[in-house]
Parts: sequence; C-alpha cells; structure tokens
Amino acid sequence: MKKFTKILAILLSLALVFGLAACGGNNDTPSTESDADKVVESHAAGEKLKVGFIYLHDENSTYDNNFIKAAKAACEALDVEYVAKVNVPEGAECQEAALDLADNGCNIIFADSFGHEPYMVEAAKERPDVQFCHATGTTAHTQDLPNFHNAFASIYEGRYLAGVAAGLKLNEMIEAGEITAEEAKMGYVGAWTYAEVVSGYTSFYLGAKSVCPSVTMEVQFTGSWYDEMAEKEAAELLINNGCVLISQHADSWGAPTACETAGVPNVSYNGSTVSACPNTFIISSRINWEPYFKYMIESVMNGTEIVDDWCGGIEEGSVELSEINEAAAAAGTAEKLEEVKAGLADGSIKVFDTATFTVNGETLTSYMADVDTDAAYTPDTEVIADGYFHESEYRSAPYFDLKIDGITLLNEKY
Amino acid sequence: MSKNNKIHEPLFHIVKRGALPFWLSWLIRIIAIVASLIVCGVVTIILTGENPLNIYKTIIEGAIGSERRIWSLFQNVAILLCISLAVTPAFKMKFWNIGAEGQVLMGGLATAACMIYFGESLPSIVLFPVMIIASVVAGAIWAVIPAFFKANWNTNETLFTLMMNYIAMQIVSYFVYLHSNPVGSGKIGIINSTTQAGWLPKIGGKSYLINIIIVAVLTIGMYIYLKYNKHGYEISVVGESENTARYVGINVKKVIIRTMLLSGAVCGIAGLLLVAGTDHSVAKETVDGRGFTAIMVSWLAKFNPIYMILTSLLLVFLEKGASQISTDFGLNDSFSEILTGIIIFFIIGSEFFVNYSVKFRHKDKEANKK
Repeated sequence: MKKFTKILAILLSLALVFGLAACGGNNDTPSTESDADKVVESHAAGEKLKVGFIYLHDENSTYDNNFIKAAKAACEALDVEYVAKVNVPEGAECQEAALDLADNGCNIIFADSFGHEPYMVEAAKERPDVQFCHATGTTAHTQDLPNFHNAFASIYEGRYLAGVAAGLKLNEMIEAGEITAEEAKMGYVGAWTYAEVVSGYTSFYLGAKSVCPSVTMEVQFTGSWYDEMAEKEAAELLINNGCVLISQHADSWGAPTACETAGVPNVSYNGSTVSACPNTFIISSRINWEPYFKYMIESVMNGTEIVDDWCGGIEEGSVELSEINEAAAAAGTAEKLEEVKAGLADGSIKVFDTATFTVNGETLTSYMADVDTDAAYTPDTEVIADGYFHESEYRSAPYFDLKIDGITLLNEKY
Repeated sequence: MSKNNKIHEPLFHIVKRGALPFWLSWLIRIIAIVASLIVCGVVTIILTGENPLNIYKTIIEGAIGSERRIWSLFQNVAILLCISLAVTPAFKMKFWNIGAEGQVLMGGLATAACMIYFGESLPSIVLFPVMIIASVVAGAIWAVIPAFFKANWNTNETLFTLMMNYIAMQIVSYFVYLHSNPVGSGKIGIINSTTQAGWLPKIGGKSYLINIIIVAVLTIGMYIYLKYNKHGYEISVVGESENTARYVGINVKKVIIRTMLLSGAVCGIAGLLLVAGTDHSVAKETVDGRGFTAIMVSWLAKFNPIYMILTSLLLVFLEKGASQISTDFGLNDSFSEILTGIIIFFIIGSEFFVNYSVKFRHKDKEANKK
C-alpha cells in the first residue's frame, strides 16, 4: 500500500506541474495571438520603410548597445520598421545576414563593426537596389558603388573636451599639493595602434595639455576591442607606473572599474560609467548615432542620395558628452567645457592645431596621410593646411596617426 | 525469500540493455526530441509569454525559409561536418583531440598566406594545388606534434591539443596584425577582392556548392576508410585496448601518428574551405568554436560519418533557427541558446534510455512471486 501512495504522490505532483504549465499557456495565448496579428497588419500596410541592422554583439556590449539604442529611437521617431540581427561575426556570415535582410524587404541595411565592411561591400554589389550603410569604415569614398556608404563622427572633438576636463582635474590635484606639475602623468588604455585610437588619445592629450601644459601621457595597448581582463590589467599597470588619471578606448568596463578600486580618476568612453565608479568617474564622450540613422532613413524616404562618407559633429548632435560627475570632476569644469565647445563650434579652437604639438621636437607644416586605404599604406593626401591637421575631412574615419611628443607608447605590438 | 523481503530495495534501478532493434532505438530518440520540444514550449511560455508554435515556425523559417537560407544552412553544415569528420578517427582511437579549432585555424592561415603571397604571381591552376598542399600540411603538422609526444612519452593529449589551440590563435593574431589593412586595425579584410585569386570557384553561380561537394566526397571517403579499410580496423582496436593491439602485432605508435596526421589534414581542408571558400579572409575568430562543436557532432553520431550528416544538420538547423528567433521576437540570443541547450540535453539523454532500461521495484516483486 505504501508504495502506491508514493507513486500516487509522484503522479499527482507531476499532474500539478503540467497543469500549472498548461494554465500558464492558456493565460498567455490570447495576448500572443494579438501580437502576431499586429505584425501581420504592419506587413500588409506595406508602405512602411524597413531598416535592417547588423550588430557584432548584442546589448551586453557597450559599443553595440550604443548603436542599438540609437537605432530603435530613430526608427520609432520616423515610424519605420526596425529589424535586427545580433551577434553577426565579421565574416561571410555578415554578407549572408545583409542579403537575407535585403531578401526580406529591407530598404536600408546598416552594419556597426569595422570588420563587417568588406562583406557589406560584397552584399552591396549583389543588391544595387538596396542602400548599405556602414559605421567606422574607410573605403566608400574610393569604391565606385553608389549604394554603399560610410559614416563616422568627429569624435576627436569629444575626446578633446573630455581631455580638457581631465586637465582641469590635474590642475586641481597640483594646486592641492597632491602631485607636482611634473608628476601630472595620465595613462591611456588603447585597443589597437589603429588611427582611430591614435587620433582619440592624441586629441584627449591635447585637450588636457591646453589647460595643464606640463602633462605627459603613457599608452598601453590591449590588442582587442573588448577584453575586460586585459583592459583592467593595462589600467593597473599604468597606475603602478605613476599615472594619476586614466582614460581608455576599448569597450569593456575593465579600465573604469580598475580605477574605482585604486581611487584614480577616470575619463570614460561610449557612455557614462558612473554607476560602477561613483567616486572616480569624471566625464565620458560618446558618438550618438541617432542623427546619422535619421539622416540615412530620411534620405531614402525623400529619394535623395546618401553621401558616400558622412561625418557628424557636435552641432549635429553626433558627438556628445555625458553628465559631469561633480564628486570627481574639478570645480568649474562645466563652465570651461562650454567655453571650449563654443570655440570649437566657431572655429577659433582647432583640436590638431600644429602650434600646440611637436613631432620629434619639430612643428609640422606638411603631412601626407593614408586616406585612400591600400595594402601598402601609401600616403596619398596632404592633410595639414592653414595651421592645423584636417582630421575626418577627407574621409569620415580618422586618419591621424602621428606620434607626437609628450606621449609614450609602452607597447606597440598591436 | 524472507531474506530478500527484508532488504530495502530502491524505487527503481537501472539495467544495461542488450542491443535494441533499429526501429526501437530510433523511436526512443524521436520521443526524446518531441519531449524536448514540449519542454521548450513550456519554458518559452513561462519566460517570454510567446506562443511556442510561433517560435517553432520561426526556427524552421530561419533555417530553410528562403533559397539563400538553405544554401547558407548547407554551407555551414559542410564546414561543421568536415571538422567532425576530421576529429572522428582520433576519437575512435580514444585519442582526445580537442585541438581541431587550432588545426583548422592553421590550415586557414596557410591558405590565406598562399592567397596573399602567391595570389598575383601564380596562375590559378598552380595556385589551387599549392593552397591545398599548404593547408593540409599545416593542419597535419599542428595535429602530429601532440601525437608524437603522446606516442613516444605518453603525454596527456587533451591538455596538449587544447594548448595548441591558443598558440594557433596567437600566431594568427600576429600575422593578421602584420597584414592589417588599414594599418593597425587588426583586420586584413577580404583577400584579393578585385582579382579573386585563390577564391574557390563558383559552380553554376553558387558560391558554396564546391564546399558542399568536397565535404560530401570526404564523408563517403571517411566512412569507407573507417569501415572497410585495414587502417580503420586498427584504429578501433587501438581504441578498444592498446594492449590487445600490441598483442596482435599492431604498431600502436605508428597508428597514433598516422591517424592524427589524417585528422589534422582533414582539419586543414576545413580551414581551406573556410578561408578560400567562404570568408576570403582569416582572423582569430574564423573557426568560431566549431572545432569544439564538432566533438559533439562526432559523439552524437557514435563516430559514424553518415549519421554525422544528421547530427551536424540538426545543430546547424537549431543555431540558424535560433538566431532568427532573436530577430523576429526581439529576444536576446541567450534565449535561443537556452532552447538549443534543452534540445541537445534531451538528445544526449535519449542515448541513456537506448543503452539502459529503468526497472521499477514492484515489477521485481512480481517476478519474485513467480
């Protein structure tokens, strides 16, 4: 008898579990059906523009999340259909994903990672009726492909502003007697020795130098756009080397959290990291992609051409600064940043003003940069004129790759 | 009898089955897949509130919803199957080769190097044989190093082959950095994008058909090799018992090295197909974990190359379908991974019921009474 009760108990509990599950099912079914109907309706309307997005990772990456949020906002604002493919690697899969989106009626297809570019180009060749847009790429201006476009932002201006905030913090530390003027050394964690990173850390340094003339900087590369451990270790190494302020160009929270642990001020990127670093986060610069997404969608809506190479700035709202964290930033930072911002807007301040930096002790009057990408890295364009380096003018993706005095590269293996 | 009654018997116990008839073992597997779909449905409702039928429909559409998707499906099956074929002889020999990732990568790197250095100087009739030889040799070298140490000094091949993966990745990183375009970006882009030198040719306008044909031939070849060739027999004897193998006069060292050379060579071909046939580029991430997924494909198919077609198809089908779920329902990729995990869990679990049966206590009592 005992065994029967045991088995009965097991059966009953099983029945309970399945019963509950079934109840859950019944409750939820109506709502999902109506959802499905909605999808069908919008398809039936048929006139809505459809925009496909290809992301390297998903929302867990700060880099991709920055794109995802902007894409959703732009699509909602302009009432177009949003379709996304996440975790698309930088290989033939990207081409497949892009063409699959085109098969499914997307009018515009956008990819967010540098390595997607050659595969987007292949897809663009196959579907001339669809517009293919790509962030951070370098080849659209030299390709003879009317439906392939690059976009970037003059983020070096944002970095410069963030650098000013860093310089003010250094000045405060010098005045408070925490460090001497000679000890004002910053550290920078970079992903690769790529021009985008070089342009970023140089503008950051020049921003700091514009208010704190004695500043120097050390740069450590990680060889990856996202490697939390490597970024953390790089930040710790820089702090041990005597760097009193850290900034970074890589996509994890490794460097900011290392700074919070060590109590060293940090200037962030891709968005605010204040939630994890309440005591050390000063400010962050980021690219807001919403203006570009709106531009590209509206161009297709109005039947106008999307430019080959689009570069947004502070005025377009493409380059943004986060809120200043008063707990860590120097007093008067906000006022000073407004002043510099106005200077950048009216052209009285140039980030890469040749009077503000030297290379091997000399002021530059001429420099040929590799703007038209080729395998031999042939310099092809004169980029210094009117006393400054014309960054992001001949192509939206940065090409500033000079090694200026005052910045020490600790490793150049990447 | 009275003694037996006093011993506390567990509610059920597990008994090894004899060989099951073909239809019954497959019935158990099909029941397992159906059961996994039901569990997936329940999980879907609880976690997301979506109708599971829509989800299943999306999986199918994502995998075979258009001609392009079908081609892409078979291309991915071809690559995964190729790597699975490569690891199979080693596994059958009980040599735990978990270094397929690195072996494929080295084959791919050799292919890319030929495309970069000889793409312009050699005509394609010479270039293709050079690429094939280079990729096969590179994969074989990467596989034979741990085999040599295992055969001579009985080193642990699991750790050895695993470590070789990381070395291969770092070597690829180094060369990718050296050739990165634009400078410092860490990406080499598409190799020979204008001349298409070294790209595997399209057959009938289909870019992946050649990959599929090559892997189909390899599959049949591997089946024959393992089943009807003397080498195949030696592999299974060494796998069952090294001492027996030695006793019957098989040169175990020779078999280990020969088999790993083969394993690595096929991995090299997978690298060739990936670099010259699909990506036309190489990066640390090119193999994308398939060297490890292949182990599962091979085991699930019990090292039978023909069954491997089914198991690799199943895994790629689920993966393709799963990514469509995240696109259509705006769900994170992790959700589709949960579903894939549940289905694979049931499939592996079904093997337990194929091999063992569960006997409940009261049945034994009845048997005792008789």
